Amino acid sequence: MEAATLTEAPARATLGRDRTDRRVELLLGALASTILLLIAGMILFVLIKALPSFTHNGLAWFGAGGSVDDQLMNIFNSPADPADYVYKLRAWPLLYATALITGVAVFVSVVFSVLSGIFIVEFAPDRLRRVIEPVVKLLAAVPSVIYGLIGILVVVPWVADHLISEDRKASVAYVIQLDGTSILVGIFILTIMICPIMIAIIVDALRSVPEKWVEGAAALGVNRWRAMRTVSLRAIRPAIVAALVLATARALGEAIMLSMVAGSVGFAPNPLDGITFLFEPARPLASTIVDNSEGLSVVPFGQTMYAFAAILLISSAFLSFAGWAARKSFSRYTLGAR
Amino acid sequence: MNIEVRTAAPGPRPKPGRRARPEHHTGWSIGDRVGLAAAWAAGISLCVVAAVIVLFMAWKGLQFLHLDMLTSSPEASMDQSKSGGFLDPLVGTLLLTVIGIAIAVPVGVGIAVWLTEYGKPAGLARLVESGVEVVAGTPSIVLAIFGLLVFQQGFMGIFSFTAAGGAVFGRSFIAAGSMMALIALPLVIGSTREALNSIPRHVREASYALGKDRASTIRRVLLPSARSGIATGATLGMGRICGDTAIVVVLLGASMQTTPESGPLGLLRGTGSTLTSYVYNNSPAGEGNAPDKAYAAAFVLLMIVLLLNFVVGLIGKRNKPQWN
Repeated sequence: MEAATLTEAPARATLGRDRTDRRVELLLGALASTILLLIAGMILFVLIKALPSFTHNGLAWFGAGGSVDDQLMNIFNSPADPADYVYKLRAWPLLYATALITGVAVFVSVVFSVLSGIFIVEFAPDRLRRVIEPVVKLLAAVPSVIYGLIGILVVVPWVADHLISEDRKASVAYVIQLDGTSILVGIFILTIMICPIMIAIIVDALRSVPEKWVEGAAALGVNRWRAMRTVSLRAIRPAIVAALVLATARALGEAIMLSMVAGSVGFAPNPLDGITFLFEPARPLASTIVDNSEGLSVVPFGQTMYAFAAILLISSAFLSFAGWAARKSFSRYTLGAR
Repeated sequence: MNIEVRTAAPGPRPKPGRRARPEHHTGWSIGDRVGLAAAWAAGISLCVVAAVIVLFMAWKGLQFLHLDMLTSSPEASMDQSKSGGFLDPLVGTLLLTVIGIAIAVPVGVGIAVWLTEYGKPAGLARLVESGVEVVAGTPSIVLAIFGLLVFQQGFMGIFSFTAAGGAVFGRSFIAAGSMMALIALPLVIGSTREALNSIPRHVREASYALGKDRASTIRRVLLPSARSGIATGATLGMGRICGDTAIVVVLLGASMQTTPESGPLGLLRGTGSTLTSYVYNNSPAGEGNAPDKAYAAAFVLLMIVLLLNFVVGLIGKRNKPQWN
């Protein structure tokens, strides 16, 4: 009798505890799954809200034609009757500006970050290395509005006064005003903003390359630079892809700084203009949304803004996927997922 | 690391004729020298850029910052000497950070614990992982206008205010704070997971051997050990929240001063501004055009962010539990 209760009591207790454990697991699992719901909800909500803008324009939405700022103005001034809403939009200048600024900034950053990463890990004297690592963290932490402020108050006026001659301003005065706010300044500051993200990842990866590999290369009579280039850099390709993805996502979404320094004009800079091209203003998608956030309550205008958001959302989701796929295909030959 | 081995690499030349490869592979060719110089240039220019930014902001900030700016509210005035200080934006930044972190830390820690300690079914865990990655990659402006969409739904009226016609304004501290939580979430999850993963298996097994189940092991053993990791994530998240502008511009309303709604929790349902939106509005890009004020506020913002950064470093140095 007594023995039975003795064996039963702990059994019951374990059972009860198991149930709490199970409950905690379910609770936390549910919490984690809400993030999936949230993402699904976000994509669905934004796409539904964006749909009218896409359906009214068809594929021409992505094309060029007319001034995009005039079109946005017409949409904003739509009549109140839903049947008369204006939707006509040719978003090419904004898409082009986004791709151009992001692409060039990311390209420059990759080269710069790989060089800095190699420098920090392999060549920097110890004393300099102790300074440079906090410096990278600092640059990553500076808020984008501060970069924008320095850009618009210091870099833009300097470019306008020293780099753009009066002749150059006059040569395109009938199309666009060159006041220093330009894709050049935008790309320059964006590069400074996304480099630290890449450098942090690349440095971590370079440190994880087994020392024996590099020493093996050195033993074969290769100098330090070549050992880094031919052994370490190849080994960390997945990390470089990861850095590329993160930096591109950051650059795509950068709104405030670019709306401050890149001109905020819906204009497609023309590479055929030669050097002048660099001084022409532009406005990427994210900046367009921030600049027009006051108008979101005008129904067709808001829908157009959600269409821009949908493009950004889809490209960043696609980017994460591409990064994952690239890392997966690389990791068979290199360091990484093992 | 044995640097000597590598510097000595060009060392004694192998005998000629033995190798098929041209001998410039052993020495420093022009290309190698150019590459090395470029690496040095990149490293040095990083330091120069950072020094220029910090020194310039300190110079401008100390030049224009007066203590009374920290204690007076902004006023609408064209004259920079009469447009007041930035007490309200400062409070707004603090309030938004507190709301964001108060949501992000419990949720983030919960998700991280589930991912590392339970993680079943594995497919779902994999999905959640990539979901976190997608949230981390989504531009904050997209999160901002998604938040606006959510908080403008009729039933969300309690979080902002409902206009006479039934339209919900959808902009408030609560709305902005919950979207800020989404920005901080991936950082909290990331560093909590890292901390949990660094706790060796035998610690968990010791706890099970004492008759504890998983839930109490997590609460009594794992979470206390992961404290510094959670703190790191929270601090990184605070830095991100303080520095974000897009969400504030879209979701906090455009009022310069903090304007609470009536009723309980009116402050949270009200609108306001933060240091970032204050800087943005007072720069030539906004309507204020008061660069002095913008510099002063930007300096304060930079100090806050650098302080948070410093705290992350401190947390990382101490409180590392030793498992031996």
